[in-house]
Amino acid sequence: MKHTLAVLVENKPGVLTRVAGLFSRRGFNIESLAVGVTENPDTSRITIVVSGDDRVLEQVMKQLNKLIDVIRVSDLPAGESVNRELALIKVGVDSSTRAEVMQIVDVFRAKIVDVGIKSLVVEATGDESKINAMEQLLRQFGIKEMVRTGKVAMNRGAKAVQVEKR
Amino acid sequence: MLDKDPVFKYGDWRIMAKTKMSGAKAVIESLYKENVEVIFGYPGGQVLPLYDALYDADIRHILVRHEQAAAHAADGYARATGKAGVCLATSGPGATNLVTGIATAYMDSIPVIAITGQVPRPLIGNDAFQEANITGITLPITKHNYLVQESGDIPRIFKEAFYIAQTGRPGPVLIDIPKDTQTEIIEFEYPEEIKLRGYKPTYVGNEQQIKKAASLILKAEKPIFYVGGGVIFSNATEELRAIAETIMASVTTTLMGMGAFPSAHPLSVGMLGMHGTRYANYAIQESDLIIAVGVRFDDRVTGKISAFAPNAKIIHIDIDPAEIGKNVRVDVPIVGDAKNVLKTLLKYVKPEHAKTETWNKKITAWKKEYPLSYKKDKLLRPQFVVEQISEVCPDAIIVTEVGQNQMWAAQFFNYKNPRTFISSGGLGTMGYGFPAAMGAKVGKPESTVIDIAGDGSFQMNSQELATVVQNDIPVIVAILNNGFLGMVRQWQELFFSRRYSETCLEGSVDFVKLAEAYGALGLRATKKSEVKDVIEEAVKSGCPTIIDFVVEREENVSPMVPAGAAINEILDLE
Repeated sequence: MKHTLAVLVENKPGVLTRVAGLFSRRGFNIESLAVGVTENPDTSRITIVVSGDDRVLEQVMKQLNKLIDVIRVSDLPAGESVNRELALIKVGVDSSTRAEVMQIVDVFRAKIVDVGIKSLVVEATGDESKINAMEQLLRQFGIKEMVRTGKVAMNRGAKAVQVEKR
Repeated sequence: MLDKDPVFKYGDWRIMAKTKMSGAKAVIESLYKENVEVIFGYPGGQVLPLYDALYDADIRHILVRHEQAAAHAADGYARATGKAGVCLATSGPGATNLVTGIATAYMDSIPVIAITGQVPRPLIGNDAFQEANITGITLPITKHNYLVQESGDIPRIFKEAFYIAQTGRPGPVLIDIPKDTQTEIIEFEYPEEIKLRGYKPTYVGNEQQIKKAASLILKAEKPIFYVGGGVIFSNATEELRAIAETIMASVTTTLMGMGAFPSAHPLSVGMLGMHGTRYANYAIQESDLIIAVGVRFDDRVTGKISAFAPNAKIIHIDIDPAEIGKNVRVDVPIVGDAKNVLKTLLKYVKPEHAKTETWNKKITAWKKEYPLSYKKDKLLRPQFVVEQISEVCPDAIIVTEVGQNQMWAAQFFNYKNPRTFISSGGLGTMGYGFPAAMGAKVGKPESTVIDIAGDGSFQMNSQELATVVQNDIPVIVAILNNGFLGMVRQWQELFFSRRYSETCLEGSVDFVKLAEAYGALGLRATKKSEVKDVIEEAVKSGCPTIIDFVVEREENVSPMVPAGAAINEILDLE
């Protein structure tokens, strides 16, 4: 079972090490991790996808909360949140395949951000399954390089993960 | 730079706002603000400015002979007094020598402030001489740690560090101070308030949960308290006693909880777990309600976890939410300070509710049938030594090393008060006892402090004899000398067909001569009849003393739950 956690942390050096170190020390598995600053420059937000049952999830959240630099930890339930990943995919093309690749990119509402004689760089955003599906389709043309950001997520509706709760 | 510092007196009340001083002096001034009276430390290159500032400071510095001992001494001081202990070491090897001591304090939730020097900021990351990434190394064994990146941050960091170490679930905090930040001039202003968005410990238990707990207690016919170090740290021993006597429920303590409830109290069933009493283990296994306070359901306590207390509902009171539900399922979790929660809980229970008479009779019968015992013959057995210490020095602070000595000290001394049993419970650090005893004695000079030691453990930090003599710290080390690494030998005897692989310490030093070589008092007892006399002589001497008790070599700690067994599958060993 996969869970997506939104973790608000102090935007200070070494905080990511503390979070990552905790996962390795307690034997929790990180599926993906994405980090960036929030609307408040003192605060960063880490989105962590972790696999495990409810007990593991509870321990992960409690142990994260114990870190002094962790301000808040929220579990974002799959149905009630917007999940996105970004991928850059470099696809090998020639004059005969370029059009077909561009068509696929179009269908997925992705973008071509670099065009070369022998390659295209595709930028795609979406949830994990969309990126996976697109990767599958592009594979036949030869993927030369691919990079994915890891998932970022946010609650749907007015509910927000903020520093001040209660 | 230092000699240009403005002149001021340390601890001067006038030093309130924006006084200019060096980073090193700011460290000393911060320690003043935190009422630190003593530091255990060892100098070196990257703490030279700090040591220079210490030179005319009004803080006692105790020069140890190995940094590990500084960390243990700070830990022992903290356990004996309840105040944070402070240790100080240089960068690199000085800092890494603290690591075992910091890990020991972390496992047992002890407030220790470890201050280390670091190479100057421009050299960090260059593999400079005596550089070690000590904040990285101690990440998993500190409650929090700091690398000072701006000298101006020193007052804030110290304020936060002491606060974090001593509040919530206590623990060690390390502050790494690059040498160049020690010499820079800063404007010293000690913050009044602490702003930590991510740290707000819960002290008051949820009233609804406490009511739920009370209703379980009122229904219970076979309740038992299972209490640990948390009760001692929150000073909840009176509340515990009051509530136990109100509902007439027995109390079992963990190793860390020794002293939380008087050993001789009729409701006390002593320690539980691997070397606990039979009756504590039986009572836990048969209980219908466990009221767990300030404990963490450690494997040495629970034995085979799936077979632990099969019929019991569990109320778990702890200040650390992460401990609740970590090892066992809990019926009523209560996050809060033990003292607060027990006080509130006491409001909801009345003596007339107690339905424990039949249950208590059963426990009393077990106590009669299966007392802690050892062979009472002519031979000098280690348990006898501990009993004699208990008789001669009933109010002593007992510190232990790790292994058989530790278990006998827990089993055969009659504890009356909290903070009188000091031992490395979680990490099980050999070599802990002697330096920790030194710290305890410094914190509680009026108490008799006795390190109940093994000949193996003691030799891991025996160099501190020089420290106790130089600083006139009259601790007594009672070595239960069996010429073995006794606990490991015991396991080899039981589970490895007496193949004593590398556990024999024959050829050890003559401990009496060793004491004398350092200028301490050395005594020896080889017969039962000599035991009382040497203890009395040691106490009377007022000097640092080693007593070499030459005891039966292959005595075992009994009873014993084999690893992986349920705690009622307990064996008596001869």
